[in-house]
Amino acid sequence: MTEVLTQPRPIRLKGRSFLALALTPELPFEDWLARLDDLAARSAGFFLRRPIVLDVGGLPIDRVQLRELVHQLGTRNVRIMGIEGAQPSMLGSDLPPAMADGRPASDFEAPTADEDDDAGVAEYAAPSDPAQAANAKATPSLVITQPVRSGQSLFFPEGDVTIVGSVASGAEVVAGGSIHVYGTLRGRAMAGTTGNASARIFCSKLEAELIAIDGFYKTAEDLEPGLRGKAIQIWLEGDALKAVPLG
Amino acid sequence: MGKVVVVTSGKGGVGKTTSSAALGAALAQSGDKVVVVDFDVGLRNLDLVMGAERRVVYDLVNVIQGEAKLAQALIRDKRLETLYLLAASQTRDKDNLTAEGVEKVIAALKKTFDWVICDSPAGIERGATLAMRHADVAIVVTNPEVSSVRDSDRIIGLLDSKTLKAESGERMEKHLLLTRYDPARAERGDMLKVDDVLEILSIPLLGIIPESMDVLRASNVGSPVTLADGRSAPAIAYFNAARRLKGEELPVTIPGEKRGFFGKIFGRKAA
Repeated sequence: MTEVLTQPRPIRLKGRSFLALALTPELPFEDWLARLDDLAARSAGFFLRRPIVLDVGGLPIDRVQLRELVHQLGTRNVRIMGIEGAQPSMLGSDLPPAMADGRPASDFEAPTADEDDDAGVAEYAAPSDPAQAANAKATPSLVITQPVRSGQSLFFPEGDVTIVGSVASGAEVVAGGSIHVYGTLRGRAMAGTTGNASARIFCSKLEAELIAIDGFYKTAEDLEPGLRGKAIQIWLEGDALKAVPLG
Repeated sequence: MGKVVVVTSGKGGVGKTTSSAALGAALAQSGDKVVVVDFDVGLRNLDLVMGAERRVVYDLVNVIQGEAKLAQALIRDKRLETLYLLAASQTRDKDNLTAEGVEKVIAALKKTFDWVICDSPAGIERGATLAMRHADVAIVVTNPEVSSVRDSDRIIGLLDSKTLKAESGERMEKHLLLTRYDPARAERGDMLKVDDVLEILSIPLLGIIPESMDVLRASNVGSPVTLADGRSAPAIAYFNAARRLKGEELPVTIPGEKRGFFGKIFGRKAA
């Protein structure tokens, strides 16, 4: 339990940022897709080899509609690497992963017909190979194999934190991503602190003093007594913290 | 080279000084040369518990400030010739303890003694951090109640970050000594269970000392409990803890638990 991390050759993890194109679809989707087709017809390969994120924030759509939209884009060779602004419940394993914390960059100029020589030439290349899509994004993570002691504070805004051991009363874990505790969570756990509402908290035994996701918190007193001592996962739905036993 | 042991807890009144004296006397009775050093400058007690309060001339601060030689400040126990005491100053404050001074004293003691037992003051301030700084082994004294357990957890965190061993990337050997364990209260559920404490602190168990009038009586006559009455329950528990500290594999028994619980008794070592 109290082994020190002494692996001679650790895996190298690097952060890297890419500029992605954010697509913001509008309702009704049929009209929006028609306009997209029009743009694609004018500029062949505009979406090719560009990382594309789908921003569905504020759209009143359900899981079926979202899946249909991603499918429709797929038939147009527009590959989505992530979805922004969707409720976690809308995303399944068959859909691209959720993304958050995007910073705005300057707008992409959509090419106009007159400056595009290849107008009308539908020259779609083969879909990019899956390996390229798989390593598109690696989220940094921190793994701790010792108990987090009272008075210790673990701060990792870059991503997920995994603790193999317990988090003591009076200790705190602050993560930009999700928090996983393979042990008893007695202290404070704050996930998604950099505005990541899709972060979650998992623990094998819940005895926490305080839990928070993206600033929404609950103290030990507000937690349902029935959840105490159980393996629990906690996530954010709207501005309510939801918790259910695991397994 | 001797081993430097810090007896620490974070919380006050859990039995650090009693345990330092009892373990020191137990180790000395096994033939090892032992010195017990009081780090509680300003609130010294070890001299009383060891019955040497009327023989203190020089103390730890005098040695650090160069006002006395180490040999002058060491007080030999009247009953055990292998047991020594280095008292703390009652009139000075903790600022008189300097990191370099403590390092020098500990290095000198290590050369002549098999065991240097540092009795840490309560708290996590200067006195406590200096007491643990040069330790090879830590004994975390804990009572089976929540505030003591949480403070011990805090101290373990400091042992793993603020000691020389931790800073040089080595692992500090830590042991849990559960003191003032009351079988009757444990039976009623008024006290944390041994397993709960071990689960929270996840360090190996050195021993469980039962709450007993013998401890108080021994303190009052100025004698470590392992010297006053070697056959009392707490004395036996301390003797066994000392044997485990020397590396012997002994099963830990929970005071008050009836015989026939052998299955529970074994495999009690945590982590």
